[in-house]
Amino acid sequence: MQAWHFSETAYPYLPPAETYPSIRVSLPNRNYDPVKGAELYDRYLQEWQIADEEGLEVMLNEHHQTATCVDPAAPLMLAALARLTSRARLLILGNPVANRRQPVRVAEEMALIDVLSKGRLEAGFVRGVPYEISPANSNPVRMGERFWEALELIVRSWEGHDGPFSHEGRFFHHRNINIWPRPYQAPHPPVWVSTTSPGGAAEVGARGFIQATFLTGYEATRKIYDSYRAAWRKAGRGQDVPINRLAYAALVYVGDTEKEAHEGAEKLLWYVTANKVAPQYANPPGYSPVQANLAMLRGAVHPLSSFAKGASVEAAIRSGFMFAGTPDQVFHQIKRHYDYVGGYGHLLNMGQAGFLEHDDTVKGIRNFAREVYPRLKEAFPGTAISGFPTEVPPEPPEAHVLRSTTTLRSDGPLMPALGGGVSAREPFSVSQFGEGETRA
Amino acid sequence: MQRSTIAIAGCEIEMHEQGAGTPTLFLHAGNGFRPDDPYVEALTAGRRLICPSHPGFGESALPDWLDCIDDIAHLYLELMDRLGLTKVDIIGCSIGGWIAADMATKSPERFGKMVLVGPGGVKTGPADRLDIPDIFVLPANEVTRLGFHDPVKWAFDPGKLSDAELVVALRNRETLALLVWEPYMHNPKLLHRLQRVTSPTLFMRGASDGLISAAYLERYAALVKGASIVTIPEAGHMPHFEQPAAFAAAALKFLDY
Repeated sequence: MQAWHFSETAYPYLPPAETYPSIRVSLPNRNYDPVKGAELYDRYLQEWQIADEEGLEVMLNEHHQTATCVDPAAPLMLAALARLTSRARLLILGNPVANRRQPVRVAEEMALIDVLSKGRLEAGFVRGVPYEISPANSNPVRMGERFWEALELIVRSWEGHDGPFSHEGRFFHHRNINIWPRPYQAPHPPVWVSTTSPGGAAEVGARGFIQATFLTGYEATRKIYDSYRAAWRKAGRGQDVPINRLAYAALVYVGDTEKEAHEGAEKLLWYVTANKVAPQYANPPGYSPVQANLAMLRGAVHPLSSFAKGASVEAAIRSGFMFAGTPDQVFHQIKRHYDYVGGYGHLLNMGQAGFLEHDDTVKGIRNFAREVYPRLKEAFPGTAISGFPTEVPPEPPEAHVLRSTTTLRSDGPLMPALGGGVSAREPFSVSQFGEGETRA
Repeated sequence: MQRSTIAIAGCEIEMHEQGAGTPTLFLHAGNGFRPDDPYVEALTAGRRLICPSHPGFGESALPDWLDCIDDIAHLYLELMDRLGLTKVDIIGCSIGGWIAADMATKSPERFGKMVLVGPGGVKTGPADRLDIPDIFVLPANEVTRLGFHDPVKWAFDPGKLSDAELVVALRNRETLALLVWEPYMHNPKLLHRLQRVTSPTLFMRGASDGLISAAYLERYAALVKGASIVTIPEAGHMPHFEQPAAFAAAALKFLDY
């Protein structure tokens, strides 16, 4: 198993939430002090460097017009990390290519980082959460179609080495495509795509890209992975799905004692709770499928949204989107989740959020890297096959299932206050963390 | 009303029709068309009223290739060909008015008189200010407040609608976003094409319309030769719903004169 330190580089010094309608899109940037912001960048970069030194890989993402993630140009941050780290793989998860008007430019940015880091880039692509629609001025309708066309064009741009070619597609047009530099890795950096729905996972599995899912707990994660594995096999990629094709993102905090761990973990919950978003930004027309919108109008609530109202460390651990405790507790929490969902090769550790200060963040990173990670690598080798060794997968741990307030289709996209939306028609769902969902 | 469907350029269009007399195309607003809409009866006096649902609205299909008002204008010109309508009067509300104006720039000779009710379609104000408030960025209750004279009466209440009705409403809104997202509610070219319009044209606006301002409508009307303006009291962006009798009377007075 590979573990990745992930921070959203939040700017937490905000007025009380009741004084503004939305932390995203419309919160005036006079609330952002660039001097404090510069200090925060220093510190977040240091934390990634420490993760690198401790043997973890590093991950970042991109959001726009929000205090929750002040990294609106993630390739720039990643370029800095390419020079500030020496060993770690560098995962951007990801590029919101349904919102980028020039996919070839994205291919160039990624190729540059790959060369700059001597082949350490892991290139992730996301549809983007709904609140990115306004900042990008992007049409919320047909995003999935744009996403896949953009990604295909990017891969072609990386793979072409014999002089210019052209693209005249449905959404994008480009002449004389011939990027310099070409990627360091051949044929190109590993491609990751995030989805939080089975429909989206099937799209990713059919293409064989690495599938990351965020905070989807027990039941939903297993469905997503099942769908990925089925699509992988159906596409003729073989019976065995390599474990390194699947990734899971969770809030992770490891303390010396349970009490210390839960205090740190409590601060990580900021990710889930500090996400007050005005409804018109959370659900632009066309982002979520009609059937999902119908379910919402009839009262359905996204599981994470209902969770956020009474968020607690204990409930988050039970639900499987947080691993927190002593090293031994965390190892067993991860193992339980890993076994239940059929296994994954990447754990994306959201190890910093909100007011988790530098020293506590570093402590959490080191405790994980030194006390948990070696056991995970031993117990879950990268050579494993994902899926269930027997025909009968483990029983659902009843207490560990996030329940929504009404019954929904398992792949029913919901547009929660927290993001995330998916459906059969619009298979990419998104969490607040900057992945994307794609539709077929 | 009589319902039928017709396939044009691979797009199945739902159509409602009623009455006999001067063929009159009615192009609905972003909320779609229903045969029991309150203005329908009054508009059919002496007229053959033809009401297509725009692609992606009502029960009409939405082909993959279609994504702008211009596409619909072309489709509806072909619809007229297929129905054997060499010349029609045309009434368009909101985006329906935009479609109508667009059609009249393409084939001016095929339109008798034209009524545009709170139409979008042009950008006449400064770059740093929206001509039309952004209905996709404002809170829903604010959009209702801007859109209606009596926002309490017309507030969206999903509890009063069946699942099937909600599905149509949601799909209508999704298609609306597809069509008018960017440039927002206008085609920069239309302003330069309106000089082709030859139809006598009436611009109509609800006095309380907070989306299409009086100044916007005046600037729009100034682009069409000989256009006149009428204001409907105690109505917002949808005078055909809030004041159906006054709306129909004003429209027919202009069309029949």
